[in-house]
Amino acid sequence: MAPPFPIFRPVGANGVLVELGDKISDAAAAAVTDLETALRRQPFEGFAETVPGYVNLLVLFDPLATDHGTVETTLRALLTQPGQPRHDGRRRDVEICYDPDLAPDIARVAAATGLTPDSVAAAHLNGDFRVVMYGFAPGYAYMSGVPQALQLPRKPAAVRGIPKGSVLIAGPQCIVTTLTMPTGWWIIGRSPTEILTADPSRPFLLDVGDTVQFRRIDRATFEAKNRG
Amino acid sequence: MSATPFNSGGSIVRRSRRKTVAEATFRVTHAGPHVTIQDGGRFGLMRFGVPASGPMDRGAFAIANAALGNPLGHPGIEISQGGLNLECVSGCVTMGIAGGGFVVETPTTRAPSWLVLTIQPGERLTIRPGLWGSWTYVTFAGHLQAQAWLGSRATHGPSGFGGGRLKTGDSVVIGSATSRPDLLGPLPLPVSARPRQDVRVVLGPQDRFFDAESIATLLSYPFALTDAYDRMGVRLSGPALTPHGPLDMPSEAIMRGSVQVNGDGVATVLLADHQTTGGYPKIATLLADDLDGFVQLRSRDRVMFRAVSPQAAIAATRTRAAAQARFLAAMTTRRRS
Repeated sequence: MAPPFPIFRPVGANGVLVELGDKISDAAAAAVTDLETALRRQPFEGFAETVPGYVNLLVLFDPLATDHGTVETTLRALLTQPGQPRHDGRRRDVEICYDPDLAPDIARVAAATGLTPDSVAAAHLNGDFRVVMYGFAPGYAYMSGVPQALQLPRKPAAVRGIPKGSVLIAGPQCIVTTLTMPTGWWIIGRSPTEILTADPSRPFLLDVGDTVQFRRIDRATFEAKNRG
Repeated sequence: MSATPFNSGGSIVRRSRRKTVAEATFRVTHAGPHVTIQDGGRFGLMRFGVPASGPMDRGAFAIANAALGNPLGHPGIEISQGGLNLECVSGCVTMGIAGGGFVVETPTTRAPSWLVLTIQPGERLTIRPGLWGSWTYVTFAGHLQAQAWLGSRATHGPSGFGGGRLKTGDSVVIGSATSRPDLLGPLPLPVSARPRQDVRVVLGPQDRFFDAESIATLLSYPFALTDAYDRMGVRLSGPALTPHGPLDMPSEAIMRGSVQVNGDGVATVLLADHQTTGGYPKIATLLADDLDGFVQLRSRDRVMFRAVSPQAAIAATRTRAAAQARFLAAMTTRRRS
């Protein structure tokens, strides 16, 4: 039986949710970024913005200019358009220091996974990370690709005041935080790489669909960059 | 800053500058929680985790700006039920005040929060909650000096990015401040600015995760706003709306007006500073038009949800936009004549 996707669901007076799957997978994420890419290259009249999720894309529009039905027809045509250019994400480097005081949970992650802290770091550096969506707070890019050996459920309760730049993992997901915020994820390192770049021409370092390579740096390098 | 080397002869330059660039300065003598600088909002960045923010009651904010002939998204101050007291330290500026049933007091006036007034140096302005409403707005015939973030001065509450929260002791500076005696007086209060207890929703996008009984409950029982109410959202109290099926739904977009239901059946309506994605099912989505009236409800006020079709939602939105345009145009014309 052919999968029922895409499914179009109206959202309020100004949105259509396009479901492209129901299980988290690389294929579903790629379908979401492909549709978003196509839409940004060929925006319809009244197009407002898109918000990618793991398996679907919210398409917002100006209800004075168009409506749910017209938007659905446009999106269906876009999805079946032959030779649609695929999104090819860029590769981004994110630096990380795994020193124990910057990685307060690395020992617990090691204990829970039967690894040493150093092999947790090595496994993390080997991960195949891809930005799937943003959420929670400005610049919080959710990356898939945490290696199976490091996948743990989140902690039962959130811990407050986790500093900006913390590198967190939970299940298959990884995040570099941009604000001091509570988190129930495992903190395995700290990064001096600014996701909120303060560059008006490209305010966010990472885009949905980008691949991310973590690069290990030593403490001296971290301190030097974190100051600057 | 060392101004010393330029002191001799510099005073002439500074005096002539004051004539062309009038500045008004206020001291914040009291600011309740959730008093922030806002503009029309920061759009197009939800895909990076950034909601639009901007005023909770967008209609009232637009009126406060239209009253001064400002662009509708001109930066102003959003005031919560915590209230705001300002003291004019220097300069003189005309201000628009609109939104909710707040009380505005100056040495010469005590009026409801729908008016245009001018504040002189040494005068105090007190804005405090009255009989109804949760939010009111102050706009200026001039430029409110505030930090911009990603092209907007709207404050994103959780991060504090943008214009920021006002605190007791802060200074508020208005550049190019002007006095507009031609604009003074009360402002019309449109019906749409009243608190709205009958709120229209489009069901979904995850109404299928709820059985028919839960949908019927949502649409036929009153819910109440709780104290868990801020710019990110408001938790409701009422009958449980227990979702069936998977609770580990893959995270997806949330929007302003989403009615999200968590695992224990409690509904939350997401508002101006909402998270942009989340993993809880959304049983319904409020019409953006009804949000202005919804946010003017207070904790413990009751609300009923009424389902409309997507087509009816579009039609209602267009009708309201036309009515609002007529209202703003009539206001501008009347005040100009």
